[in-house]
Amino acid sequence: MIKHCLLSMCASGKYTSRGPALIPRMKTKHRIYYITLFSVVLLGLIATGMFQFWPHSIESTAEWSLDRRSVHDAPLVRLPVSSPIPERGDLSCRMHTCFDVYRCGYNPKNRIKVYIYPLQRFVDEVGVPISSTGLSREYNDLLSAISDSDFYTDDVTRACLFVPSIDVLNQNSLRIRETAQALAMLPRWDKGMNHLLFNMLPGGPPDYSTALDVPRDRALLAGGGFSTWTYRQGYDVSIPVYSPLSADVELPEKQPGPRRYFILSSQTAIHREYRAELERLKEENGEALLLLDKCSNLSQGAASARKRCYKGQVFDYPQILQESSFCVVLRGARLGQATLSDVLQAGCIPVILADSYILPFSEVLDWKRASVVIPEEKLPEMYTILKSIPHRQVEEMQRQTRWFWDAYFSSMKAIGMTALEIINDRIYPYAARTYEQWNNPPVVKWSSVNSPLFLPLIPPRSPGFTAVVLTYDRIESLFRVITEISKVPSLAKLLVVWNNQNKSPPEESLWPKIAVPLKVVRTKENKLSNRFFPYDEIETEAVLAIDDDIIMLTSDELQFGYEVWREFPDRLVGYPGRLHLWDHEMGKWKYESEWTNEVSMVLTGAAFYHKYFNYLYTYKMPGDIKNWVDAHMNCEDIAMNFLVANITGKAPIKVTPRKKFKCPECTAIDGLSLDQTHMVERSECINKFASVFGTMPLKVVEHRADPVLYKDDFPEKLKSFPNIGSL
Amino acid sequence: MQAKKRYFILLSAGACLVLLFYFGGAQLPASGRNRHDRSRHGYRSDQPWPHFSDPLHQFLPWDQPDTEEYNIHISPRQKRDVNTSVYKGKRCRMDSCFDFSRCKKNDFKVYVYPQQKGEKISESYQNILSTIEGSRFYTSDPGQACLFVLSLDTLDRDQLSPQYVHNLKTKVQNLPLWNNGRNHLIFNLYSGTWPDYTEDLGFDIGQAMLAKASISTENFRPNFDVSIPLFSKEHPRTGGERGFLKYNSIPPFRKYMLVFKGKRYLTGIGSDTRNALYHVHNQEDVVLLTTCKHGKDWQKHKDARCDKDNAEYDKYDYREMLHNSTFCLVPRGRRLGSFRFLEALQAACVPVMLSNGWELPFSEIINWNTAAVIGDERLLLQIPSTVRSIHQDKILALRQQTQFLWEAYFSSLEKIVLTTLEIIQDRVLQQESRSSVMWNSHPGGLFALPQYSAYLGDFPFYYATLGGYPSCQSINNSIKSHFTPAAVASQFRHIIIVLWNCDKPLPAKHRWPATTVPVIVIEGENKVMSSRFLPYETIITDAVLSLDEDTVLSTTEVDFAFTVWQSFPERLVGYPARSHFWDSNKERWGYTSKWTNDYSMVLTGAAIYHRYYHFLYTNFLPASLKGMVDQLANCEDILMNFLVSAVTKLPPIKVTQKKQYKETMMGQSSRASRWADPDHFAQRQTCMNKFASWFGGMPLVHSQMRLDPVLFKDQVSILRKKYRDIERL
Repeated sequence: MIKHCLLSMCASGKYTSRGPALIPRMKTKHRIYYITLFSVVLLGLIATGMFQFWPHSIESTAEWSLDRRSVHDAPLVRLPVSSPIPERGDLSCRMHTCFDVYRCGYNPKNRIKVYIYPLQRFVDEVGVPISSTGLSREYNDLLSAISDSDFYTDDVTRACLFVPSIDVLNQNSLRIRETAQALAMLPRWDKGMNHLLFNMLPGGPPDYSTALDVPRDRALLAGGGFSTWTYRQGYDVSIPVYSPLSADVELPEKQPGPRRYFILSSQTAIHREYRAELERLKEENGEALLLLDKCSNLSQGAASARKRCYKGQVFDYPQILQESSFCVVLRGARLGQATLSDVLQAGCIPVILADSYILPFSEVLDWKRASVVIPEEKLPEMYTILKSIPHRQVEEMQRQTRWFWDAYFSSMKAIGMTALEIINDRIYPYAARTYEQWNNPPVVKWSSVNSPLFLPLIPPRSPGFTAVVLTYDRIESLFRVITEISKVPSLAKLLVVWNNQNKSPPEESLWPKIAVPLKVVRTKENKLSNRFFPYDEIETEAVLAIDDDIIMLTSDELQFGYEVWREFPDRLVGYPGRLHLWDHEMGKWKYESEWTNEVSMVLTGAAFYHKYFNYLYTYKMPGDIKNWVDAHMNCEDIAMNFLVANITGKAPIKVTPRKKFKCPECTAIDGLSLDQTHMVERSECINKFASVFGTMPLKVVEHRADPVLYKDDFPEKLKSFPNIGSL
Repeated sequence: MQAKKRYFILLSAGACLVLLFYFGGAQLPASGRNRHDRSRHGYRSDQPWPHFSDPLHQFLPWDQPDTEEYNIHISPRQKRDVNTSVYKGKRCRMDSCFDFSRCKKNDFKVYVYPQQKGEKISESYQNILSTIEGSRFYTSDPGQACLFVLSLDTLDRDQLSPQYVHNLKTKVQNLPLWNNGRNHLIFNLYSGTWPDYTEDLGFDIGQAMLAKASISTENFRPNFDVSIPLFSKEHPRTGGERGFLKYNSIPPFRKYMLVFKGKRYLTGIGSDTRNALYHVHNQEDVVLLTTCKHGKDWQKHKDARCDKDNAEYDKYDYREMLHNSTFCLVPRGRRLGSFRFLEALQAACVPVMLSNGWELPFSEIINWNTAAVIGDERLLLQIPSTVRSIHQDKILALRQQTQFLWEAYFSSLEKIVLTTLEIIQDRVLQQESRSSVMWNSHPGGLFALPQYSAYLGDFPFYYATLGGYPSCQSINNSIKSHFTPAAVASQFRHIIIVLWNCDKPLPAKHRWPATTVPVIVIEGENKVMSSRFLPYETIITDAVLSLDEDTVLSTTEVDFAFTVWQSFPERLVGYPARSHFWDSNKERWGYTSKWTNDYSMVLTGAAIYHRYYHFLYTNFLPASLKGMVDQLANCEDILMNFLVSAVTKLPPIKVTQKKQYKETMMGQSSRASRWADPDHFAQRQTCMNKFASWFGGMPLVHSQMRLDPVLFKDQVSILRKKYRDIERL
């Protein structure tokens, strides 16, 4: 805005200087008068402008200086002794009973709004703070992350979720009663409705409860270390215990595979009964197990947290975790252990022994793919249980652990955002992230396919198929094609796509008389992609794309093609097949139309496919492929083959021996396919498309589909499809 | 005058500028907000949550002295015992209320109490009991059992219902094995009665697990209870109807967007939502109809809308709406669950749930977000805009998933009961439990047995999910009796297993042909047919080529079939094919070996398939069917075809073969072959009908195509062809 004003000032300055030129015939004294007047007006205006925006910018600089403020500058709030205490958390709370969904409202973006209370320092009547640490570094990081995210709103009236700035991450540093009073003092507390508390270390000596002991009314709790008895499924969020080590130590990602040790135990505070159990396992299995403990000779402090010892041998922690396939994560006083985070970071598969523990983010994460959960009682059987896991599964899990850490554990930001995403998914379940989005690592997301037609379903014969004929002006041949196709029993409708804008289609009376409806669609532009447009006139699932010069396909051949398509509705089913090859000399893909033993594409000059792929081709074709095809007037069939193979991961089906569309005798040049430059261009297409897709999705197969009794020594009369053409 | 004009112009220009500035000024606060927006993406540091310059403490101190102190005091074993004694009743969990020691390793057996004379049992409950008794989990020895099921009908606990069983409390307490309900499973569909419909069963269930319909999240004990769907008395025991979706229509919209037709309760519990439905009804594509006409004294409570609603209600046909709607509303009734749910699921009408607090059926394993829209009763008015905002691709996926779930877990009472048991088994065996992928993708948890492997890639179903197909895997020849030299030369074979299923002793070692791959000979212990499909541990490859002793196959034929199998790893790929048909005169299934234009089975005397089917055949099928096969020494291939088609819902694949094979293979030449037996054919017919009745329907599917090599019998030089031998006679 300031810039804008300056610019306008310059402009008006110029204008004034040019003033004389604009009013040349004016008398000089008048001129001076005008100029003065104008300047006065202008100055007045500028002053008004200043008045308009100065106050605001003063405000913003004030904010700026506050940004750099100290925690100690936060306003002090004194809690009276008699200040109300919230009720203990209600175990029967669920989203539909304790959460006010109206506050989230209908929201086209399906995104909740989160408000953070400004920081305050709460002290009791005698001035002792309610928490020994005050705002911790981690909670500060978490709140900054939320305020940086698109969940954040500074407008308390629009907020759906409220996050207090009172740090309750570690219950040990809190005065429980006073903290509860402080919560109740929050201006929008309203029985804790829609409030979210983050806690990682719940409970305290001697019995360590598994959820935060601070009375909190109906507030949601994102807690580390819930047990199945304190976790309110679908209401609370189970979060990990953040490990501060991960902020300091960079562990490079390690390739999955066998490691030096099979099982590693790195925790220091293991109960002696369990340690004895582990020792026994070590005796039985020797080198495969590494049992580490605190180093006795090192001084206390941060450095000792980074070392582990085994009989005087010193190991670097957490680096040593990378040397083992499995790492033990035993319960301590609390169920949630920060070790879990270290172990995941190291790509070591956690073996979790903590009965009744609700694993972090278990609402959305599939821990079966990244961990082994063993009942504490079965600790002695741990080795046998782990040995029985197949190697490939171990590698999968190793990959998964690191991905979980990267995505959901690596920082307070990751933890906070995941918790909010989970709550967001509950409020807008129809827009929730899918299992795959939560659980598949990027590698799998890239290589796996999610076919849109995944249900194994053989559609009935009766709806038939719609033939879509793309034509320009070859009317005679078009009419022949129409007459031929109309003999196919399962044809339901014929759609002629008239791609010639300069000429009108022939009059209705001139068209061949056929038994099924015939519709003509006129296009606006002569584009190849018009062939794959999802016309509303196509009412059947099956589409037969056919060129206006394909006259040699027999009725039996077409009907059989439709029958095969019914068995493979998610694939392209076509007649002549083509192949892509890797040209080692040139180092690129090559198009092959020779008679080969393999097929990876079918020509769409005559091919059956699902109407869904028309949508996909028209609206979801990646990159500029569609424009490329229209510009080159070529390769629309290759593009379609790429598209279908990419989304289904399956090869097309070639039916019957047909190798080319033209009769073998006519080697004339009228068919484009024989043209040399045409072939070069098609090779180019393959290379272009492969680079746009970022991979080569086409699959090569060595089979084609023929009728069951094809070429069998059997009376032709009894065959369903006797008239299958030849090459 | 001109000067005055100029004054005027100047002044007005000035006024305009002033106005402009005012507007500019008004915009200033807005632009200030924009700056905040930007800062959220991290461009600027003046974010709403301030940056504190002072060093902050860490929340977690480096040393954890309290943990150590704790460790000294309480033994973890004591702690566990404390849990078991504290968490009872409504707080029961597997950890505290279930005795794992009763379930011996890898053996999950269910005991059903013998039925007492004079005890009336509803047909539904009778069906549940007989399903368990017919399942592979059943044991008649309570000492072996891990789970106990009562023979007292607990399905209907509504006191006003005629099915209500009285004095259940004492009856249950008197059971000798009751043990306060430990390791017991209680099935229930209805509980409580008018007016409050509580979820109390009217007797003390102790520590028993509940498999209950319409259970609320408040009462549901996670990972302990099982939420089952509400099903009607007419729900079929086995098999069950298939889903109504015959094909995927594009675009996926149907005539109606959202429909509902049902009772309205006017007053009392659960009446609010249905009473408010008329606000959303628009008579066009959102058709929500209610009637007050139910019960005896409906006139008494009748409100102002009743007559209008009733008239509207009668205008529409429920079945027609169900079949022609994209979404179906499933609002709560008196109880949380309603029949509408399963009806919508079967009709491929995506359920829109309006039942706050209902723990959806099998919620422990089914990810309902992929098959239903979960709405909130409080936001009823938003429902139309919510469903309209759902993308077409999502509708297509939701609809297909309803069909998958219906057929996998809900279409018959048997499936509902078995799913319940499998869920509990997964909890008990823990290490050998299904992952979410196995439960939520085709073919579903009942067909994917976790005891086989923990690794998804070991199954034939999940290649696409994992990315990629079985690449250059090797093949495994499992041959009955002894093999032909031809098969040995196949380039893909990895290991050969000979199952010596003959009473004669094994031939001396030197008489075996020399091969480059290991040959393992297994002497069948029982010499029965089913041992052909035992999951031998020596089978280490994914593909198994099963051969009969008298099969003659050339190397090329095997090689080609193997490349075909790689594209269809979940199917049977074989050579000679057979077909089934419905014999309407005899009202039964017929079997034919004639040359026909289609087929639905391939003979396993020469077929390639995934080794998982060995495991499934042995562990999934009931002893009764396997016993029948062994006794007849016949039909094992039909049973395998039934099984694979039931899993895939697709036909097998026939590949081309040399002419001679068809003649010799079928045994006219070899007299000793079982094919020569005249009873053979009749037996196979009987088998088919027996199998079909166990599967609750005919799983076989016809196919009209055969897969040939690309250049098969083409008039091109034989030298061009890769699989030349197949064409030679």
